Amino acid sequence: MTKDEPWLTVGRLEDIPKQGSRVIAAPGGNIAVFRTVDNEVFALRDKCPHKGGPLSQGIVHGKKVACPLHDWKIQLDTGIAVAPDEGCAASFPVRVVDGVVELSLTPNTGCPNH
Amino acid sequence: MDMSDMPQTKKLKLVMVGNGMAGVRTVEELLKLNPDLYDITVFGNEPHPNYNRIMLSPVLAGEQTIEQIITHPREWYAENGITLHTGKKVVKIDRQKRFVETEDGTRADYDRLLVATGSTPFILPIPGADLPGVIGFRDISDVEAMIEASGQYKNAVVIGGGLLGLEAANGFKIRGMDVSVVHIAPWLLERQLDEPAARLLQSNLETKGLKFLLQKQTAELVKGESGRVCAVRFKDGETVPADIVVMAVGIRPNTTLAESAGLHCDRGIRVNDTLQTVTDPRIYAIGECVNHRGIAYGLVAPLFEQAKVCANHLAQYGIARYEGSMTSTKLKVTGIDLFSAGNFTGGDDFEEIVFQDAGRGSYKKLTLKDNKLAGAVLYGDTLDGAWYFELMRDGTDVADIRDKLLFGRSHLGDSGHGDEKTRVMSLPDNAEICGCNGVCKGTIVQAIVAKKLFTLDEVRSHTKASSSCGSCTGLVETLLSATVGGDYSTAPSKKPMCGCTDHTHDEVRAAITANSLKSMPETMRFLDWKTPDGCTKCRPALNYYLLCAWPTEYEDDAQSRYINERAHGNIQKDGTFSVVPRMWGGLTNPKELRAIADVAEKFKVPEMKVTGGQRIDLFGIKKEDLPAMWADLSAAGFVSGHAYGKALRTVKTCVGSQWCRFGTQDSTGLGVKLEQMTWGSWMPHKYKLAVSGCPRNCAEATIKDFGVVCVDSGYELHVGGNGGIKVRVTDLLCKVETEEQVMEYCAAFTQLYREEAHYLERTAPWVERVGLAHIKSRVVEDEANRKMLAERFLISQKPAQIDPWKARAEGVASWEFKPLAEIA
Repeated sequence: MTKDEPWLTVGRLEDIPKQGSRVIAAPGGNIAVFRTVDNEVFALRDKCPHKGGPLSQGIVHGKKVACPLHDWKIQLDTGIAVAPDEGCAASFPVRVVDGVVELSLTPNTGCPNH
Repeated sequence: MDMSDMPQTKKLKLVMVGNGMAGVRTVEELLKLNPDLYDITVFGNEPHPNYNRIMLSPVLAGEQTIEQIITHPREWYAENGITLHTGKKVVKIDRQKRFVETEDGTRADYDRLLVATGSTPFILPIPGADLPGVIGFRDISDVEAMIEASGQYKNAVVIGGGLLGLEAANGFKIRGMDVSVVHIAPWLLERQLDEPAARLLQSNLETKGLKFLLQKQTAELVKGESGRVCAVRFKDGETVPADIVVMAVGIRPNTTLAESAGLHCDRGIRVNDTLQTVTDPRIYAIGECVNHRGIAYGLVAPLFEQAKVCANHLAQYGIARYEGSMTSTKLKVTGIDLFSAGNFTGGDDFEEIVFQDAGRGSYKKLTLKDNKLAGAVLYGDTLDGAWYFELMRDGTDVADIRDKLLFGRSHLGDSGHGDEKTRVMSLPDNAEICGCNGVCKGTIVQAIVAKKLFTLDEVRSHTKASSSCGSCTGLVETLLSATVGGDYSTAPSKKPMCGCTDHTHDEVRAAITANSLKSMPETMRFLDWKTPDGCTKCRPALNYYLLCAWPTEYEDDAQSRYINERAHGNIQKDGTFSVVPRMWGGLTNPKELRAIADVAEKFKVPEMKVTGGQRIDLFGIKKEDLPAMWADLSAAGFVSGHAYGKALRTVKTCVGSQWCRFGTQDSTGLGVKLEQMTWGSWMPHKYKLAVSGCPRNCAEATIKDFGVVCVDSGYELHVGGNGGIKVRVTDLLCKVETEEQVMEYCAAFTQLYREEAHYLERTAPWVERVGLAHIKSRVVEDEANRKMLAERFLISQKPAQIDPWKARAEGVASWEFKPLAEIA
């Protein structure tokens, strides 16, 4: 993989449990890759904007994950906390190509907490 | 997107006649369930959008303004695409052609019609009733007339000493008028209060300056020189001066429109349990204009329940039924606390418990029937009203708490909040209500007012108060009801499991067994779950209920478990885990301790601690190290201690007869046997046992879910205790003679709790909710049932007693503990 290729292969879709998450250990800190009940895949920095809890360990429901530490709900598509809580976890571009999950380490814009 | 290519489905037309609280709540619920089904048109008589009619009394008293009580401004209708016609009276319903028409000829076609025309004040048919200055107390225009009169005139008379009449009189008094309340009955609020409470109320109101004319019948309203009313004359010939007269003698369902359309009316529009009119199923009716099973409700809580059911049917879900409500009453006169509910007048089959302290202005009366609370009247101290209401609603057997019942829910005072004299509303704004999240009273009250919060859940999500351990829930509920007004405090008769469903915990459990629902998607489908895959509240609950109902068949859904139960360790604030191996009955030996020491050194465990449950906790373990650590512990003979689960935790023991000079039985040995029987079982909440060898009770068995206290002649069995936030001492279940009996009773009690408690309900609140008498009847008095319960427990234990640590050390769910990928 060369530096000008933004997509990194991280595993197969089936390796992530439905309504669950797996962790990608990355240089800038862990990234959690989520798979919803409808097989949608999202990636967030594995750090709750509240007290830094590992979002990968939370319960995934709909397009949200509940942080295991204090039950903040974080939206998987944007990384933004569900109101009235405020804050965000950086989200990363992720896609599934032929059952293979590919991730970009360049976060989406909109959240300062990389 | 080019919409012309899309198939155009035509929306159905819903027309609502009446723009009041019940109707608008129905529309609101409908929009939540199925926002795109209808084009909605609303007709309202009054020129205003929807407002909170309950709060008219505070507006009259000058405590709130009209703007403050508007709940749905015009923008709300616009945002939701609702066509709103205010100040337009519907005079015709054409049921054949399906349209309604107003006085000025405005027409609207409908597919479904919702009649929510409310009620009108009953005006006594006496001479002078139509004079200027004679009004009801029903809407904003009445209040405006009353406020105007108070600026110009001196004498006000209120006919009717009910809730509304007293609130009107109080408002006049505050605005500086001389007020007399005329009442036909011998005491005030005769439908809500018994005589002693009413006398206390009357004397309290008299000190505020109100005058009362009881057992007086009004004969005539006298016309003055200006053409306006000037006096009230009674049948006995006496008169009192009156510049304004408010008739508050009752309300009458507004059925003129419905009757003209041929809808069957009889003291209200007759509706069925789905709020459809009995005459025409396309037409729904709701609110004060309705007669449901012979009752026309005039309080807001039942009307909101009707709204929920009605919306459910309009949304074409068709699963809800309205079966009537139990109501309670509160008077909104500042400085007066009054609460009543249920049948408090009693009768031959009723028993009464009364507490009276005229000096303190306090009166409490409870009526009991068949050991259940049937009614309550509280005057002066109404803090426990909600609790009594709950006991009535749940039909709790109160035989065992009868001696304490009058003194209220003693634990409301709460740790950190002082003694029970501390009254929530007199607390300063900076008083901490929620100790977990550091939320003060002022913050909560401000959020309730500024964000217009109505429910406990809303307060929780906006302020975080009561959202962690829940011990301050009672305090927050009190603040909520005191801030928004009493009627909102009445708990709904059904508490849904969570926002994903309208069903209660009990209904869901019953449906699972009755319909052989054996998976979560199947259960959600069958019960019309509103979300695709539930939430963090219902998923763990459903997983438990399914597992409890089908112990040998159900496939556990790990993704619906909290991380601790998925990873079989306790997550700590830094994301590491703690590991607690099981030590049977708290016993250990050099070999075990050596093995733990070796593991701790090998995995560089930063901290170790002896737990309150007599075992050893290893902290700071990285998730990826867990399976390897478990492999070592497993090799040394340890199994999981389940210190992380809604499960059997520990069995605490004292040394007992083997060593202790006071010990009466082998408490340690019995503890080990109990732990071997119960370990591995999943529970609604954490579950702890203890066995003490003598009544000195060194194992603290009387604050455990199931505690055994050995005595010389046998074993006392205690249930429903816990330490923690709200310490609760156990209740004595019974006394037995042999260890075998202890085992059987323990299995039976445990299984009854597993089968009946709500998820996340510990034994203490469960015992209080269902009553100890119920538990005794199932476990102690009914031998056959006890044996069946115990057998079901043992069956469910077979698949449960597979050590999850050993399984994972051998490779089960290995992905859980490994990153998916590592990027250098």
